[in-house]
Amino acid sequence: MSKRGNNPNLWKTPGKADRLSEWVVYIFLLLFTLITIVTTFGIVAVLSVETLHFFRVARTTPLEFLTNLKIQPEAEQPVFGILPLVWGTFVVTIGSCLIAVPIGLTSAIYLSEFARPGVRSFLKPMLELLAGVPTIVYGYLALLLVTPLLHWVMGLIGVKVEAYNAASAAVVVGIMIIPMVSSLSEDVIRAVPAGLREAGYSLGATQFEVITRIVLPAGLSGIMASVILAFSRAIGETMAVVLAAGQLPQISGNIFGSVQTMTAYIVAVTGGDAPTGSAEHLSLYAVGLVLFLITLALNLASGWILSRFREEYA
Amino acid sequence: MNNPGFDMATGFEKSPVYSLRRRKRERRNRIFRIVCLGSTMLGVFFLLTVMVAVLFRVIFPANDTRETMVSASQRLQQLADFFGRLLNNGPGIDPTEVGYKVGLAGTLWLLFFVVLLAVPVAVGAAVFLEEYCNDGKIRSIIQTNISNLAGVPSIVYGLLGLAIFQRGFGYSRLALGPCLLAGALTLSLLILPVILIATQEALRAIPKSMRYAALALGATRWQLIRDHLLPAAMPGILTGSILGISRAIGETAPLLMVGAAASLLKPPRGPFSRYTALPVEIYFNAKEPDPAYSTVAAGGILILLALLLCLNFSAITIRNRHRAKHSPKQARPANNI
Repeated sequence: MSKRGNNPNLWKTPGKADRLSEWVVYIFLLLFTLITIVTTFGIVAVLSVETLHFFRVARTTPLEFLTNLKIQPEAEQPVFGILPLVWGTFVVTIGSCLIAVPIGLTSAIYLSEFARPGVRSFLKPMLELLAGVPTIVYGYLALLLVTPLLHWVMGLIGVKVEAYNAASAAVVVGIMIIPMVSSLSEDVIRAVPAGLREAGYSLGATQFEVITRIVLPAGLSGIMASVILAFSRAIGETMAVVLAAGQLPQISGNIFGSVQTMTAYIVAVTGGDAPTGSAEHLSLYAVGLVLFLITLALNLASGWILSRFREEYA
Repeated sequence: MNNPGFDMATGFEKSPVYSLRRRKRERRNRIFRIVCLGSTMLGVFFLLTVMVAVLFRVIFPANDTRETMVSASQRLQQLADFFGRLLNNGPGIDPTEVGYKVGLAGTLWLLFFVVLLAVPVAVGAAVFLEEYCNDGKIRSIIQTNISNLAGVPSIVYGLLGLAIFQRGFGYSRLALGPCLLAGALTLSLLILPVILIATQEALRAIPKSMRYAALALGATRWQLIRDHLLPAAMPGILTGSILGISRAIGETAPLLMVGAAASLLKPPRGPFSRYTALPVEIYFNAKEPDPAYSTVAAGGILILLALLLCLNFSAITIRNRHRAKHSPKQARPANNI
């Protein structure tokens, strides 16, 4: 501090060199900011150009691609239909939300309404750690623990569980996205004005009644936004699903059978030996484009709902 | 129809809140509280399960023949050998001999380049958005763009890296091929929004008065940023960077796309050599049906988690030390001018 205080440069009026460096810094920072925009354009450009390329090479139309019930890139007459992959993705995603939403939401309620500050400051980071564990670890956990456990439990009632199955993928992805639901919902619940709660208590309501009849309805839009965000995250999840759910693209109601998600398909094709420029290899980008558009739509919807919620209360 | 919340006789709303069955309502409240606590604990339980399951697999390997009972000290010696092997050996055919030396080296190389590439760009962009960009409309467009980038699935970044960095968009002269730098660039783009958003929040938390004071004394904008804003925002920047880097370390899918090798005999020598990474090697080991590989994968996961833990601890330490060093000074009047 003292060194800087006696620094004679500090008292110099900015000269030409300073003005130049101001300029250079400005240009650099502007370029850095532009990188973020270029990235978005890059993603959109790469995916759409290569997808068009795919339709040309594979001699298929977008309509066929979106409505065909089969995907057999390696067959003699290759068929590309994304529906089995979309089905697989949604089975896993909806299953994971069935696990994450109740647990995440009740944890958020506990942390924001019931927990004492000390308990909260301990439990909240613990829950958030769940999101920090690399996804490959969850994939391994599915193989090591969840699938054998499901096999045993379902064996008791005579249901067959395959080595790769959608249910075990849904369980681990659900665990992974619990913090997405709980953290965002907790923020939303805390943002509900205290006056609303106090009004409830002053009328003699219990905590349960205040939470379920006042706080949750008031925060409903924000909670929806957090669920949508978690949903979008689950759709994009890759490694856990690849390891747990396998690589069998099929539309079936059996959640204990193997499915292939969009992300798993992308990994399978990259890991395979399809030559660059072939229809199979280009189908990566078409599937990637659909994945990108779905997650983008969900993220935008979530952001829009959240900003409306903030306008209302915060 | 018959609405229980509405009193037909008086026309007033008869909310159940007003009914005075106090004991019943309080019992319901207690049950609800226990349910909420239970589900929070369930979340914590899942976290512990992840750790315990992996540890369990390392301590009790799948290929363990239970006939030879070993003492605790022998077992510890075996575990030490196991981790020594994992850290010193490269890939191989024998699951009792393979290790993660190459992948670990690759991950550290990636880490180095990602820090070099992502942190300056993210911090610079955040400074631009917070300190230079005055146009509200442009800013809000860029801001929306960034929060959307943060939500793009990592595998889509992998596709981007595959098409642009690895293949140069079809121009072979621009193509990097499946090399370390292509992986590092892809991961950098992936974690750019994470660091950027954290830096923005740190800059926003600095009081306006600091900016006014510096500018009033004749500092230029860059002097203000370099000498005052960046040092004050440093804890936030560091925390954000380490969060981003932790994410980059654990990412597997984008690296699979940009050519991380399934097994590589030698660690990478520079940015243009072929590479693999720790999580990629874990993935290929976990995929093997042979249970002996399962133990190897568990060992790799423990190494990965240890690496992440070290990073996070250093983040917390740096932040605390920085806070201790810098916060009291702000309150003390300068006596040397």
